[in-house]
Amino acid sequence: MSTRTGTKTIRTGGISLRCRPRSLAAGAACLLFALVMAVVCLGSGDYTMSPGQVLRTLLGQGAPADDFIVNELRLPRVVTALLVGAALALAGALFQSLVRNPLGSPDVLGFTQGAATGALLVVVAGGGSLALAGGAVAGGVTTGLLIYALARRDGLHGYRLVLTGIGVAAILTGVNGYLLTRTKLTDAARVVLWLTGSLDGRGWENATPLLIVLAVLVPVVLLGCERPLRMLEMGDDAAHALGIRVERLRMVLLLAAVLLAAFASAAAGPVNFVALTAPQLARRLAKAPGPNLLPSMCLGAALLVSCDWLAQRLVGGHQLPVGVITGVLGGGYLVWLLAVQRKAGRI
Amino acid sequence: MTEISEATDGVRDMAQGAARLTGHGLTLAYDRRTIAEGLDVAIPDRSFTVIVGPNGCGKSTLLRALARMLKPAAGTVLLDGQDIARLPGKQVARTLGLLPQSSVAPDGITVADLVARGRYPHQSLLRQWSREDERIVTESMAATGVAELADRPVDELSGGQRQRVWIAMALAQQTPLLLLDEPTTYLDIAHQLEILDLCARLHREEGRTLVAVLHDLNQAARYATHLIAMRDGRVLAEGTPAEVVTAERVEEIFRLPCRVIDDPETGTPLVVPAAVRSRVVVG
Repeated sequence: MSTRTGTKTIRTGGISLRCRPRSLAAGAACLLFALVMAVVCLGSGDYTMSPGQVLRTLLGQGAPADDFIVNELRLPRVVTALLVGAALALAGALFQSLVRNPLGSPDVLGFTQGAATGALLVVVAGGGSLALAGGAVAGGVTTGLLIYALARRDGLHGYRLVLTGIGVAAILTGVNGYLLTRTKLTDAARVVLWLTGSLDGRGWENATPLLIVLAVLVPVVLLGCERPLRMLEMGDDAAHALGIRVERLRMVLLLAAVLLAAFASAAAGPVNFVALTAPQLARRLAKAPGPNLLPSMCLGAALLVSCDWLAQRLVGGHQLPVGVITGVLGGGYLVWLLAVQRKAGRI
Repeated sequence: MTEISEATDGVRDMAQGAARLTGHGLTLAYDRRTIAEGLDVAIPDRSFTVIVGPNGCGKSTLLRALARMLKPAAGTVLLDGQDIARLPGKQVARTLGLLPQSSVAPDGITVADLVARGRYPHQSLLRQWSREDERIVTESMAATGVAELADRPVDELSGGQRQRVWIAMALAQQTPLLLLDEPTTYLDIAHQLEILDLCARLHREEGRTLVAVLHDLNQAARYATHLIAMRDGRVLAEGTPAEVVTAERVEEIFRLPCRVIDDPETGTPLVVPAAVRSRVVVG
């Protein structure tokens, strides 16, 4: 018997592990859905393939033409979508937990706008797409440090960070508008597409840096920080009393979240609302309070790959940038969230 | 380095007047506002120490410093003779517990889940929920009378019940020292006494050292075995309630003319403020 509700405990020798079947099931279901959508995406386009054909090709048993289309043309885009979705969702889950506010996500707090500013500066200076990605990362991280420095006073408090972030985001949106007018016309079209968030023509050079960042940060965050983060949700004092180095934990997690958001933006542009919605949806699916990091990541990946599939076929013969779809869905979600919170008397 | 994980260790033989938790030359400040300077305190082992004083005298600040929540601008807090700021966080948390003034129960969390979080300092990645954890959580809920609420969400409970749940969580931490920052605030008189009775029982039966900040001097005099009276960031008096709570002292500490009589129930000092007309406001 376990005194904890909804948890299972596995004990052998001196080792005891605990998990919530419901959270694992939610994560697994999202992951499965993400992979199914990935196969669907790989098989759809001007040249359609059956899921069986796609799977055979992925395993290296397809025709040379299929192999080229799936593994060379479509796979990088789908992998980028999965990784960007997972990274943004994880960043969002971390921010929301750290500021104890469902509005605390990198797109509300100005980090993705900062990434856009960095990218635009590079374009104005005449840099190519690799430099653009570097600019996005630098811009996102710089904005993170700036907001941290502005909002910090005697520790960090949720509302102060949210309000400071919204202010910085507003300024940066203005700066971005100005920078856009300074770009050449040909560059401007490319930049606007990037600013909306697009997975069009993504190659391995976009996916690889993000994959490396995720490979390093996911174990650190999930294994090292999720349990203390859950304690931190009870307030700084309570976490302190349980022996957690509150300031250090918060620094590490903020840095991780900023890096994830910045690298995701570098790969696909500042895709809106995934970071905001995925953790909240995951929390409802997992029916668990707390950060729900793993289910959020799986849900983020599923969300973005599905949105990209929709973006490619919603308007016949015309591809939409995926950011348009996430923006429309996410905006609707935000309005709903605010309405629910108002009903609950929280705002 | 000694590692103390059992509350019963507090019962072991100790020289009279020993103190595991002490503060030496503490200067306490928020930003640039200095609250106290050159403060020396010692919490007698196995005492129920209560810190009293007027608003803004620095009593909560002192408690926060003793619980290593506030880094002193100067001076050190020693736990078992070692600088508390240099000890690993989890090690301190296995020796010294704290009930903060305000904590947030995560949305929808149940009583049992919240109390279980008190086990955090005893857990690790590969030791997430041992049988011992389970036993201690059950015991802690029983000791605070919240066992029957185990599966209820914390946000549905009354103020008094909720405070008992937070105390149960601090108990589950199994620390020989337990610090409580104004544990009776926002509770009505009956619930205040219920919490204080619980504290007294934990002190008496389990041999824990308790340190609490309280507003009510009469409650402090009734429950404490050791009183620390502060004013303007200084310790004005220290000792048993009978030593500290005298008419002159109370007037000195609170600027409150009064008489002190024997509490007819317990025989401890009872402060009876002078009637309004004879009160003279000083300072």
